[in-house]
Amino acid sequence: MTEPGATAPRNRLAVAGARATTVAMLRNQPRRDIVLNAVFAGMLLLAILIALAGLVALLAQAFVKGAPALSTDLFTNPPSTAFPEKAGFRPAIIGSLELIAGVILFVLPVGIGAAIYLEEYADKSKWWNRLIEVNIQNLAAVPSIIYGILGLAFIVRGPLDLGFILAAGSLTLALLVLPMVIIAAREAIRAVPDSIRQGSLALGATKWQTIRSQVLPASIPGIATGVILAVSRALGETAPLLLVGATVFVTFDPTPFGSDGYSAMPVQIFNYAVRPQEEFQTLAAAGIIVMLVVLLAMNSFAIWLRNRYEQRW
Amino acid sequence: MTQDESRTDTGRQAREAAAERAAIAVRPEFQRKANGSSKEKVFELKGVDVLYGGVAAVKGISMDIHRKDVTALIGPSGCGKSTLLRCLNRMNDLIPNAEVQGELLYHGEDLYGPRVDPIQVRKLIGMVFQKPNPFPKSIYDNVAFGPRVLGRKDDLDGTVEKALRSAALWDEVKDRLENNAFGLSGGQQQRLCIARCIAVEPDTILMDEPCSALDPISTGKIEDLMVELKEEFSIVIVTHNMQQAARVSDRTAFLMVELDADEDNRWGRLVEYEETEKIFTNPSDRRTEDYVSGKVG
Amino acid sequence: MLQSQKPRYGEKAIQGLLAACGILSVLTTTAIVISLIGPTIGFFEIVPVDEFLFGTDWTPQFEPPSFGVLAIVAGTLNVALWAMLFAIPIGLGAAVYLSEYASPRVRKTVKPVLEILAGIPTVAIGFFAASFILPEIIQPLWPGELLGGAVGKPFLALAGGLGVGLMIVPIIASISEDAMSAVPNGLREGAYAMGATKMKVATRVVFPAALSGIVASVVLAISRAVGETMIVLLAAGSTPNFTLNPVEPIQAMTAYIGVTATGDISTGSLDYKSVFSVGTVLFVMTLAMNMVSIRLVRRYREVYE
Repeated sequence: MTEPGATAPRNRLAVAGARATTVAMLRNQPRRDIVLNAVFAGMLLLAILIALAGLVALLAQAFVKGAPALSTDLFTNPPSTAFPEKAGFRPAIIGSLELIAGVILFVLPVGIGAAIYLEEYADKSKWWNRLIEVNIQNLAAVPSIIYGILGLAFIVRGPLDLGFILAAGSLTLALLVLPMVIIAAREAIRAVPDSIRQGSLALGATKWQTIRSQVLPASIPGIATGVILAVSRALGETAPLLLVGATVFVTFDPTPFGSDGYSAMPVQIFNYAVRPQEEFQTLAAAGIIVMLVVLLAMNSFAIWLRNRYEQRW
Repeated sequence: MTQDESRTDTGRQAREAAAERAAIAVRPEFQRKANGSSKEKVFELKGVDVLYGGVAAVKGISMDIHRKDVTALIGPSGCGKSTLLRCLNRMNDLIPNAEVQGELLYHGEDLYGPRVDPIQVRKLIGMVFQKPNPFPKSIYDNVAFGPRVLGRKDDLDGTVEKALRSAALWDEVKDRLENNAFGLSGGQQQRLCIARCIAVEPDTILMDEPCSALDPISTGKIEDLMVELKEEFSIVIVTHNMQQAARVSDRTAFLMVELDADEDNRWGRLVEYEETEKIFTNPSDRRTEDYVSGKVG
Repeated sequence: MLQSQKPRYGEKAIQGLLAACGILSVLTTTAIVISLIGPTIGFFEIVPVDEFLFGTDWTPQFEPPSFGVLAIVAGTLNVALWAMLFAIPIGLGAAVYLSEYASPRVRKTVKPVLEILAGIPTVAIGFFAASFILPEIIQPLWPGELLGGAVGKPFLALAGGLGVGLMIVPIIASISEDAMSAVPNGLREGAYAMGATKMKVATRVVFPAALSGIVASVVLAISRAVGETMIVLLAAGSTPNFTLNPVEPIQAMTAYIGVTATGDISTGSLDYKSVFSVGTVLFVMTLAMNMVSIRLVRRYREVYE
């Protein structure tokens, strides 16, 4: 580098010249480009707005239509086609609660167990382990009504032969959401850094001790979030339940193993929704409001849980 | 003493440190080290090879590690120091295609014998890692984890305190044992990891570049700690900081990468293994001399 | 000093238990296949395969019954077609906007809101489609007698289509936005440095780079659309109709299964078996699409991660 004094003015001139050229080029951007860009951006914005508008319309319509039927009767009364003014969702609400209790009971141990196996024990190079992985990804995308067929042929009838009872519905829904839980649990377990496992093993802990005392506790927030999201999916599912005996007009409180039939919220809503009379449409909308509120609460809880307890490594 | 003037700072500093220690070494209280062969051996390695997926990472390592020594493994990157270290507590078992060949004795018993329990091995031979890896739990639970897992649950408080004292951490954390370990500084976390290791009462502690992720002050504290710890434990440390090796270790092993004929495969070899003063002031092998004088990196 | 190895039966038992949980997934798929195969084969012992696969009259209640599955496959595709025509521009538009134009704050608020759409139960969307989209949007806005007109019909394929479309917008938007965000910034900056406009960068650089992820999202969305039951049941009807006309009532495969399996049918009857044969067609269709989508997602993830 030679003396700075001589080149500084030259540099400044060069920079100024370059800047002026660029600015001139930009200023002279063809009108067509500017308009095109603006229109494009506008269309993109429109796309989002339409999607959001759809969501808002759906929520608004449900609230507007269903508001008149919102009362405590909704929660305490059984359904009725003869007296829609006094009809409610009680058996359906209880049925839904029992169904998801069963789902959680099944999905927690099996889902977490499968996730631990796949992440901690399975040798990824073996073909059967890859098969399990592909299987799970596939099952996560199988249409829900196919699970209904599975339930009908295998659980209600077939090998398990449980009959059209609530437990069968629970098991069917559990199989439906199991892949979701496994995938979420795997991600949570995978997020635990290997250095923690190494540290534990180096102290003379066994593999299971390491998993039980270090890996699992650290992945609980992620797993919990996944389970809650899976449960909210199960809550809203109708099609599989139609096939495994969620009979529509149950007026008593269902029990897990009772053979008199059972109901669930989405099924009850469906039954009201297919009736053209205004009162039943209102009831359906009211049921939708209740479900949406519950689902919103659950998902918000899941998000809060994740934000509060998520481990930052 | 070689006649070569060191051309770099590192070599010179290492030599100065070694000379300092040499002066200390002739003091009577350190005479017990003078005759290495009479000291009890913790590890005896004879022709140890380590292969990953059939490809050799280190070959033909033969050395004896002595009890209550600090033994340093030095050498350029990729020469297999960490690989070798991990053989000593069978952590290489965790790597799917790793294979250890040759003879590796621990207090005269075959460490890789068919009936040996690796879990048991790791209780006797502890490890501290390069990047401090405390568990996301309280300080107390971190230190208590080892004893709990071993079933040594009586007087847990006492064990935890003793371990933290031995790791020179007790005074800094005694009032906040329930706090999460992640709130500690890097140097404190590493000392916590050392405490965690000590709580299991091993007989040997392996350290894989324990200070490389730490600042100089924390490094100094841990080096002082090592000198204290060797009263009770045998220590094997991997380091690429030569002054550190010169400062703290009694014996040093220098490893180097060797290439095969067509330069396709590389593996680590033990070049020289001597008392530390000798390695740094009067090494027998030319390659050692080049490395410690900073001529090769 | 070294003790001999303990057998550690507990560890082995736990490993076995966990493996069993993993194997359950394979068992589930096997069970699905088995459930479908038996009655399907029984079905084809009575109904000739070519009548099933190529017939366009699906009238199981008639005497003699006709089982041409194309009628209800057409119904499914009819709904899926309008769903995709709605969801692809909206979903991709939203994705491009969120990925390339929106500020981080906007993205942080809008993305979760779109996710809400994904979490709404399909029975609610179906209700919305039947009680709002059909009477308040399609019927008033549909031009008169075009294609037979929309007025006076309680069910319309288009109503089901728009409902399903709304449901799958988040799938396309989310996965495509992920794929676009994964495109390294270096590519964008290189284009900007050459004087490209934002629109050009979005369409000529980012979009093609994220293409496999985008295609994966579209394929997955089609698969969901094909497999959807409640929306089509509530809004598109139960009348098998071999047509792609949006303003006609139709019956989708899923709707047929839903209606028939809950009705009064006895095990072993032909109607009962038809549920399974239709189920097989549905399963095979969605399986093929899912495999394609999974492979595409894996490919785009590999490229950038």
